[in-house]
Amino acid sequence: METKLPPASTPTSPSSPGLSPVPPPDKVDGFSRRSLRRARPRRSHSSSQFRYQSNQQELTPLPLLKDVPASELHELLSRKLAQCGVMFDFLDCVADLKGKEVKRAALNELVECVGSTRGVLIEPVYPDIIRMISVNIFRTLPPSENPEFDPEEDEPNLEPSWPHLQLVYEFFLRFLESPDFQPSVAKRYVDQKFVLMLLELFDSEDPREREYLKTILHRVYGKFLGLRAYIRKQCNHIFLRFIYEFEHFNGVAELLEILGSIINGFALPLKTEHKQFLVRVLIPLHSVKSLSVFHAQLAYCVVQFLEKDATLTEHVIRGLLKYWPKTCTQKEVMFLGEMEEILDVIEPSQFVKIQEPLFKQVARCVSSPHFQVAERALYFWNNEYILSLIEDNCHTVLPAVFGTLYQVSKEHWNQTIVSLIYNVLKTFMEMNGKLFDELTASYKLEKQQEQQKAQERQELWQGLEELRLRRLQGTQGAKEAPLQRLTPQSLYPFSCPGAQRETHLPLALPEWLLRTPCPAQLSLGGDEERQWWSWQQNAQPLAAGLDKGKLDQEAAIRDLPLPHKAGLRAAGGLPPSAPGLGQGHSAPRLPLPLPA
Amino acid sequence: MAGASGLGTGPGAAGGDGDDSLYPIAVLIDELRNEDVQLRLNSIKKLSTIALALGVERTRSELLPFLTDTIYDEDEVLLALAEQLGNFTGLVGGPDFAHCLLPPLENLATVEETVVRDKAVESLRQISQEHTPVALEAYFVPLVKRLASGDWFTSRTSACGLFSVCYPRASNAVKAEIRQQFRSLCSDDTPMVRRAAASKLGEFAKVLELDSVKSEIVPLFTNLASDEQDSVRLLAVEACVSIAQLLSQDDLETLVMPTLRQAAEDKSWRVRYMVADKFSELQKAMGPKITLNDLIPAFQNLLKDCEAEVRAAAAHKVKELGENLPIEDRETIIMNQILPYIKELVSDTNQHVKSALASVIMGLSTILGKENTIEHLLPLFLAQLKDECPEVRLNIISNLDCVNEVIGIRQLSQSLLPAIVELAEDAKWRVRLAIIEYMPLLAGQLALSEACGQEITTKQMLPIVLKMAGDQVANVRFNVAKSLQKIGPILDTNALQGEVKPVLQKLGQDEDMDVKYFAQEAISVVAQRLRKLDFPVKDSGEPSVPRADKNHFPRPRVPGEDTGKGPVYPLHGDTRDTLAQLEIAELVHFSQSRD
Repeated sequence: METKLPPASTPTSPSSPGLSPVPPPDKVDGFSRRSLRRARPRRSHSSSQFRYQSNQQELTPLPLLKDVPASELHELLSRKLAQCGVMFDFLDCVADLKGKEVKRAALNELVECVGSTRGVLIEPVYPDIIRMISVNIFRTLPPSENPEFDPEEDEPNLEPSWPHLQLVYEFFLRFLESPDFQPSVAKRYVDQKFVLMLLELFDSEDPREREYLKTILHRVYGKFLGLRAYIRKQCNHIFLRFIYEFEHFNGVAELLEILGSIINGFALPLKTEHKQFLVRVLIPLHSVKSLSVFHAQLAYCVVQFLEKDATLTEHVIRGLLKYWPKTCTQKEVMFLGEMEEILDVIEPSQFVKIQEPLFKQVARCVSSPHFQVAERALYFWNNEYILSLIEDNCHTVLPAVFGTLYQVSKEHWNQTIVSLIYNVLKTFMEMNGKLFDELTASYKLEKQQEQQKAQERQELWQGLEELRLRRLQGTQGAKEAPLQRLTPQSLYPFSCPGAQRETHLPLALPEWLLRTPCPAQLSLGGDEERQWWSWQQNAQPLAAGLDKGKLDQEAAIRDLPLPHKAGLRAAGGLPPSAPGLGQGHSAPRLPLPLPA
Repeated sequence: MAGASGLGTGPGAAGGDGDDSLYPIAVLIDELRNEDVQLRLNSIKKLSTIALALGVERTRSELLPFLTDTIYDEDEVLLALAEQLGNFTGLVGGPDFAHCLLPPLENLATVEETVVRDKAVESLRQISQEHTPVALEAYFVPLVKRLASGDWFTSRTSACGLFSVCYPRASNAVKAEIRQQFRSLCSDDTPMVRRAAASKLGEFAKVLELDSVKSEIVPLFTNLASDEQDSVRLLAVEACVSIAQLLSQDDLETLVMPTLRQAAEDKSWRVRYMVADKFSELQKAMGPKITLNDLIPAFQNLLKDCEAEVRAAAAHKVKELGENLPIEDRETIIMNQILPYIKELVSDTNQHVKSALASVIMGLSTILGKENTIEHLLPLFLAQLKDECPEVRLNIISNLDCVNEVIGIRQLSQSLLPAIVELAEDAKWRVRLAIIEYMPLLAGQLALSEACGQEITTKQMLPIVLKMAGDQVANVRFNVAKSLQKIGPILDTNALQGEVKPVLQKLGQDEDMDVKYFAQEAISVVAQRLRKLDFPVKDSGEPSVPRADKNHFPRPRVPGEDTGKGPVYPLHGDTRDTLAQLEIAELVHFSQSRD
């Protein structure tokens, strides 16, 4: 039966009415290979796999189930199920209209019957039912018409055979939900292979189909205890493939929704398997490009986990920080939203563990040029619980964010952001005025230190680079070769460090450059190099002293003073119109009395 | 950085160790730990410089342990690290110490992110070659085993890529173990691992002894090709090519063909697509006999598959299929067994299928010869030239030249010129562009092959080109100028002076800078030709040097490039030679003036 190909598609005359070819009982998967040989060009660019059985007997309506005596009910039921196993071509919308109608009516009746009549579901009909369902729903999903299908933008391709398919799904659902349903009988037919194929269907582009599948899988998970671990494992595989291999699977949101309710039911303490699922599957899922499609469900799952076991919080937050979006601002806003959801349920003891890296990231978000990201981050301060956590830990949180807030308050292009930041700063001021003043005072110093560090770094790398170049030369075995050739002349505009330093110092030239030894010094060899190193170390404070004046000047330009506290209060956090330029660094930042 | 990697190997490097202690490792490690990801990344990318500063000994004893322990970084940093370590052998003291690099790479081969893992595997493969056979068995093979039996799927997928590099150099006992490990990964519980194994199956088969290929690889192949997941099955099709190359015809028939037949009729279109996509490779690997008996019928089915993706992939292979057939009967096979299906595909419902076919169908003319091409293919070409999908029309126009060679330009111009004239007014500017780009070639062919080439060019083609000078898209217009420059030498002076020059002069006043530029280039060439033919050139025809525009300059000019006032170089009047000269005309033009 499997290998014999239908030579023609003309239906033969009805000989035994209502009986149609049914796949052999051992072939539950319902894939009909014959359909592949079909060469008829498709008339529409539809999403449905083309698979109807030709050479089939014409369907004729059977008597209604309610009209036959109970003794004949099951025989008739079986014939109806067989009738519903006949597949039709829905791409050709006028083909075999009568047959389609017969099948539709039969399906409707089955739906009605299984939902309302008690005593219908006896053991012998189970294989027939599962076979009918398998034949109808299991199929290889067709290629997407649009390879760059964007679930948010594009219209999905709808399943053309939906008029039948919907009824089959409805029937399946009612079958599972029937009070007569016996999982112990059904588990012989609803096995791992069945579940695997069911899961594959979640990739369907048709949201109506995924909606049914979601409910059905949920019921299957609920009724078949033996399949639970398997379903979870296969979901993992789907997710992992989605994250790391294909980045395309339409049913992620639906699967996550089911998992959300599964997680909800996890017993405590959580098994390692479940924790692993959180850390190795759910957290990496955040890195996927199409996050927006399933983010709500994903965030729900994550929060469910944290409500079950608060000790996972640190793992989760560090994970989110690791996958924090670098370029996609839309995703960044979603991350911030999820982070707030997590913070809403966080335990103070957990908050302490992650506050520093977390608020450094929040600060980075505040400084985002995209105002929605900055705004979303600043909304954290509107959340009273978060605010209380910040207040309890302000000695850690404030230093982590202060510098950025301070800087952004003067630089951000968007006035709303600027005023929000002023509000936040105001809150800080009220929270701990003393700390706030200290931070304000140390801000400038830190900036200087940062500069110094950057300078040291450049010197270090410069030294390393020279060493490398010298090595390159060393391996060439030409120690006496002119070194100037190896180091770009442009790097050494002055013959010797310090020689002309005071006279005409080009402002654009970085200071470290001047302190780099000239090639002549470098060529002297090991001892000299050691001297250079120590000289450089000694030289640093000296150099810092020499350039103090210049640094101060720069600092004065950079450090525009914060608005007066009074001003903040009066203007509701709006920035002052003209920041005072050219005030020395000693100018009072916030001339307000310390809190008594 | 690649240059630095080889440094430490020489004896000269060891001598410098004394100086290197100047750099305290803490300072360097601080750099690798910087809070700012970008700075951390920068440091990792210069890891070889750091290693160089530390010297080989301290790189081994201090830097590598640090790197091994700190792999909890961002994936981007890890990727850079994995890449660096592949070139690190010299920096740890040469091949004798290459095994020191294994621990950090082993860790990197277990991380989740695929790109990092792949890079770590790539580096491990690289380093494996630098191991001595003893070190390979002492360090590398145990690493592969550890990865292959790792808890999480990531390490097992990484292991799949390492078997083939250590197998050839291992002892027999170890070889057996390696095969055993690979076998178990092929039936791993996780589909990700099976996919990795399936994708490395062909590569692994190539390094195995023939007996093992038959007794072990073929069963693995058969299993993977009937996996429950189509993503695994389709990778087995790829492996099929490599395996088939190793086996004899008889073995192919019994060991591989049943599986391949099954794949060509797989229920998943992805697997069938793979068969279509790899068809040429399969055809070559299977040899002519199996091709005729099995592959051609399978190919016919793929050409009429129910999924457009599969049909398009198969249509793409039509030309290669023909080329790979034995010369003596390729014409018959194509004519009888393939052409009927091609004819149907010309009117396929899916435009990707038609477009795929249009991109290769012209290539069949060389295989089928003049008579068949005129009788069977030309009608198909004509139908495709009028196809509703511009992509199809475009693909046909861009490949017209290979038909020229087979049926001759006269036949081509008679049957196709009307269609081409029509396409010169196509609604899609890319089609018009293709037409104008095709004109010089067509004119050239006409001039070379037909006595009356000049007449056809002047009477039929020139009007089309000149008409297109009024196109609204600048790209078409400046290609008109370019075409006229190339066609110019074929035309007689009357046409040049009376028709071409006015059009070019008009284009020379175009609002678009590029059009102006190319028009003036063309004018200078045409003017030269007229001058050479002693035709009086009016001053107005002399091109003015395009003024350099601040905002827009189409193309940097060659220094010393002249604009038509240079020495007149001889060109023969004979049209047949002119074209050949024309091809080099631009070159002559530039090189002479540079002197």
